[in-house]
Amino acid sequence: MIQIEQLHKRFGARTAVEDVSFSAHDGQITGLLGPNGAGKTTTLRMLYALLRPDSGRVTVDGIDAALQPLEVRRRLGVLPDARGLYKRLSARENIAYFAQLHGMEPQLIRQRSDALIQALAMQDIAERRVEGFSQGERVKTAIARALVHDPRHIVLDEPTNGLDVMATRGLRDFLRQLKSEGRCVLFSTHIMQEVAALCDRIVIIAGGRVVADGTPEALRELAGEHSLEEAFVKLIGNAGVGELA
Amino acid sequence: MSPTLAVYLKECRESLRDKRVLLNALVLGPLLGPVLFVGLLRLAIGHELERADKPLPVVIIGAERAPNLIEALRQDGLKALPAVPDVEAAVREQRVTLALRITAQFDDDWRAGRPAQVEIIYDSSDRDADSQFERLKGMLENYSRRTGAMRLIARGLLPSVASGLLIATRDQATPQARGAMLFAMLPYFLILTSFLGGMWLAIDSTAGERERQSLEPLLINPVPRGQILLGKLCAAATFSLISLTLGLAAFSIAAHFQPSAQLEMTLNLGPAVAGALLLLMVPLVLLIVIAQMLVSAFSRSYREAQTYVSLLQLLPLIPSIALSVLPFTPRLWMYTLPLIGQQLTILRLLRGEAVNPLPLALCTVVTLLAAGAVFLVTRRVYESERLAVNA
Repeated sequence: MIQIEQLHKRFGARTAVEDVSFSAHDGQITGLLGPNGAGKTTTLRMLYALLRPDSGRVTVDGIDAALQPLEVRRRLGVLPDARGLYKRLSARENIAYFAQLHGMEPQLIRQRSDALIQALAMQDIAERRVEGFSQGERVKTAIARALVHDPRHIVLDEPTNGLDVMATRGLRDFLRQLKSEGRCVLFSTHIMQEVAALCDRIVIIAGGRVVADGTPEALRELAGEHSLEEAFVKLIGNAGVGELA
Repeated sequence: MSPTLAVYLKECRESLRDKRVLLNALVLGPLLGPVLFVGLLRLAIGHELERADKPLPVVIIGAERAPNLIEALRQDGLKALPAVPDVEAAVREQRVTLALRITAQFDDDWRAGRPAQVEIIYDSSDRDADSQFERLKGMLENYSRRTGAMRLIARGLLPSVASGLLIATRDQATPQARGAMLFAMLPYFLILTSFLGGMWLAIDSTAGERERQSLEPLLINPVPRGQILLGKLCAAATFSLISLTLGLAAFSIAAHFQPSAQLEMTLNLGPAVAGALLLLMVPLVLLIVIAQMLVSAFSRSYREAQTYVSLLQLLPLIPSIALSVLPFTPRLWMYTLPLIGQQLTILRLLRGEAVNPLPLALCTVVTLLAAGAVFLVTRRVYESERLAVNA
């Protein structure tokens, strides 16, 4: 379980995140929805302890990210905003490198890599060098590398960015599978359909604040709209006035 | 496997697959120094030797006034060229390098036993004329001494009474010392090779990794950043040392091709000295590589890092030039300065002189401490938020 309490983060004069609180539960997919520049990436970066919050607290299974960042990272599998791979290494070598950094034994690395390569349907690219991979193949490799240590919590920053329809569907199935294994899945997106199709719980973030938090049905009711998209627009619009936060 | 080792092996493997790194670290870096060096050396020495053997062309004005003198000079290697009008202007305009004028009263003076005047017309700002002028002057002085001695004998005197002093020179420089003078720039080439060997990896594994967006995923792993930095540092240092080893080997081979025999010089660069040099350079290589990584970590882009690191490699040029231009006796405190200490020690090794343990220890310890200090600073930069996030 991931808990985020009253996070604040400023970069110089600009406030990127202003009072964000929500939690993501095990066995659920939580969607962090918001327009570009809403503070999603900054929030996630504080979650995986790349940035230090100015105030507020992040805990993963009760462990404080500010106090024990390495312990928190061990429990997280992260697909960050930057997802550069090592182009002169094969997909499998990219995956194995991160496994080694997690201190895994060669036999276990082999076993976990094979399982992920199968689950993500990347058998035909596993031994190829990453140079020349398509966007979809890159994302798959980056996800496999993030999950190689079998984490309970999975955090993905805009995972479907740049993917075609088929790749997006494949990714959704994969996330559902992770959920069915009882894992806590948290991902961010600016695309409405993503959350509608997948999420058990939606956190809408705009202007560095949480403007709504609940199930898709609850959000529709809250906004008094039948379509989730209308609800989204209305909720974000209200954020400017600051009434709903 | 420890995370540091994992980072080290990955950086090495990736670099071995990068043609640009291989070309720079394993081919260009090690070869640049020796090729440039031996090439220049051969050119310079060859030029000198060739000129010493060749006939010396001199324009002679008034050759008919002193046929005996001209004949004697010709036997010494002078090639008499016909007179030209207004020889002073011709020399000034560099149409003629060297001219000899036999003055009008030469014959009268000669017959009367008075010193007969000859004039050498040359341009001392013309570098090429300099050695030719010395040669011609030497020939004339020789002739003057010879004829002077014969006049004394004709008057029944011993020629030796005319010499108050007999000057003999005994050069105490060993052949190695003379070779090392020639090789005074060698330390710079060796240091430059270590710079080039580690440079690409140092830039690529910091600024390059950030630019390719792979630094953020790497830093999310549960590994202290100091350990990641250490792995990258060791990889860059390994390449630098490989480069240096190849460079030394190339210099050893090149030393056989340099025309040292003609100059009676030997360069002391056998396996034992090369090994000692390599050991001596290890702390300096660590310092160089960590400094390159610090500069790369500060830079915002790959290009910026490249620019700054290139500027950094001009740094060792300063002590090299100072050491070869300013003749001074090395003092103990100089060995405590990284770069200078190594350069002084390398020169001693090349000259075949014994290296005292105290300066060597000082030089090594201070350089290692400096490398450690720069490592700590770089780790701080690595731990800062701005390293991975362009916010």
